[in-house]
Amino acid sequence: MKLSKILRNSFLVVLASLVLTACATKKVSNQTQGDVYTGKETIKYLASGVKDRVFFATNETVLTTASRETLRKQASWLRKNSKITIVLEGHADERGTREYNLALGERRANSAKDYLMTYGISSDRISVISYGKERPVDSGSTPLSWSKNRRSVTVKAN
Amino acid sequence: MLLRLLLLLILIPIKSYALIEVDITRGNLNPLPVAVSPLSIDKKSNEGFKKNIKIENLGSEISKVVENNLRQSGLFNPLDKNAFLQKPDIANLKPRFEDWNLIKAQALITGKVSFTDEKLRVEFRLWDVLAGKEMMALAFTTVPSNWRRVGHIITDKVYERLTGEKGYFDTRIIYVSEEGPKTKRIKKLAIMDQDGFNNKFLTLGNELVLTPRFSPTNQMVTYLSYFKNLPRVYLLDIETGLQEVVGDFPGMTFAPRFSPDGNKIIMSFAKDGNSDIYTMDLENRIVERVTDHPSIDTSPSYSPDGKYICFNSDRSGYQQIYVMKSNGKNVKRISFGKGLYGTPVWSPRGDLIAFTKLHKGKFYIGVMRTDGTGERLLTENYYQEAPSWSPNGRVLIFYRETKTNSKGEGFSAKLWSIDLTGYNEKQVKTVTDASDPSWSSLLSN
Repeated sequence: MKLSKILRNSFLVVLASLVLTACATKKVSNQTQGDVYTGKETIKYLASGVKDRVFFATNETVLTTASRETLRKQASWLRKNSKITIVLEGHADERGTREYNLALGERRANSAKDYLMTYGISSDRISVISYGKERPVDSGSTPLSWSKNRRSVTVKAN
Repeated sequence: MLLRLLLLLILIPIKSYALIEVDITRGNLNPLPVAVSPLSIDKKSNEGFKKNIKIENLGSEISKVVENNLRQSGLFNPLDKNAFLQKPDIANLKPRFEDWNLIKAQALITGKVSFTDEKLRVEFRLWDVLAGKEMMALAFTTVPSNWRRVGHIITDKVYERLTGEKGYFDTRIIYVSEEGPKTKRIKKLAIMDQDGFNNKFLTLGNELVLTPRFSPTNQMVTYLSYFKNLPRVYLLDIETGLQEVVGDFPGMTFAPRFSPDGNKIIMSFAKDGNSDIYTMDLENRIVERVTDHPSIDTSPSYSPDGKYICFNSDRSGYQQIYVMKSNGKNVKRISFGKGLYGTPVWSPRGDLIAFTKLHKGKFYIGVMRTDGTGERLLTENYYQEAPSWSPNGRVLIFYRETKTNSKGEGFSAKLWSIDLTGYNEKQVKTVTDASDPSWSSLLSN
């Protein structure tokens, strides 16, 4: 029957596209976990083994286990280099309204600040600035690009 | 729908004094055919303007401004001038209505410009072609360099006479001009007439600037500047260029707007990871805290009577819209639809709140009543936000961004406008990429 053939063909097309989407998702998840970036691109180092940034999930300001580890390393580096002062730059991805993102970036930078303070870094040595979605590191329009942009970056101020 | 029809039935007989009438409460699929005759000009005046402002046929140029305004509004269909049978000077004295009827014009605008005592004198008339009657006649005098504004004022008068509501053409838009790659965007404050002409940059692009907003008094603008890398709300006098920081806050202030009387700035202040809403009185410099909540409270906007404030908060866990009294009491959530809601802006008519909505990866500009009922989404896109109302509350201007492709190309930011009805969506042309538009009130009344 002609009809059943058409139906079978379209079924195959549906199947094929399902397989394709599955592949696409997998590729992204290599570098993200629960939409938090876990890759290595864009990261710089404050000192050997001390990463300069932590990443966040969409609309979240909670630090992941990996982020806390990065910040503990930053704290111990800062304790050893007590003259250094830092700026924490909070950022959001482009998928939100500008004003809310400014607040979100400020909150992200402050969760990093709070954590550094619990590891003995005085608030006098830390200032915070939010750039909202104004300074992306990755200009792409994909979930992976956005995950790299949701970040708090620790920058030496002196 | 039924309710709206009933309303119309009641409205029409009351307004029966107007023979032609344009209904702006619905999407207008049959714009009113209107003939904008070039304003007539005598030889001597033409020479005068040529010398004074280097423009020939000023009458014709002004009529082009009017024609373009009327077309952009979506409510009028300006007819092709080549079809006009009557000469401008004679039409202005006494139109031959049969001729205008023949080309299907329902309304006719005629007029005359002259150069007297170094001034531009304009008179114009609006005619009802079917009834064969004059509907309006006005004259005014101004400096010749103001000629585009003359066209806008004429449009406002015609719009008001035919729709029964104030126009929005003699207005300006302040916005953020954008250039360069997404990761290193240069942003400048810019201002232009509502139709995109007379563009002027107000800052040089040395520091990041965001979210300029007009005062209802028109002379002042409030915006966010990263001057010296300290993000703070500033006040700028666009006539003198003078600017100053608003208040003395030990942290980022952002999301500023004026109170309806222009006397206060309302904004967010972020400290220790928490953003709350504050006001500062511009006369006595007194700062007052309006919200005190561990969540993010931002994007405040006053109701036109100054009694209420709508704002954006994530106190429920996600971004939603809330309304409270202007003293911060009686906080009530009003957005309950699916998705996230941001950038609430109270309509100058008082009855609606415009917003940005994010749902399933799409961005919408919409409106709802001030109690949150009657949500209506006007436009859907990949990314758009930050609506600003025309002073008559009939049109929204906002900005829209496009996707970047895998090569990092294709990104753009442009201004768009749409009618409250959801019709007449149009890109507003700007000399560079643009975002964060804010519509001024009428320059003349």
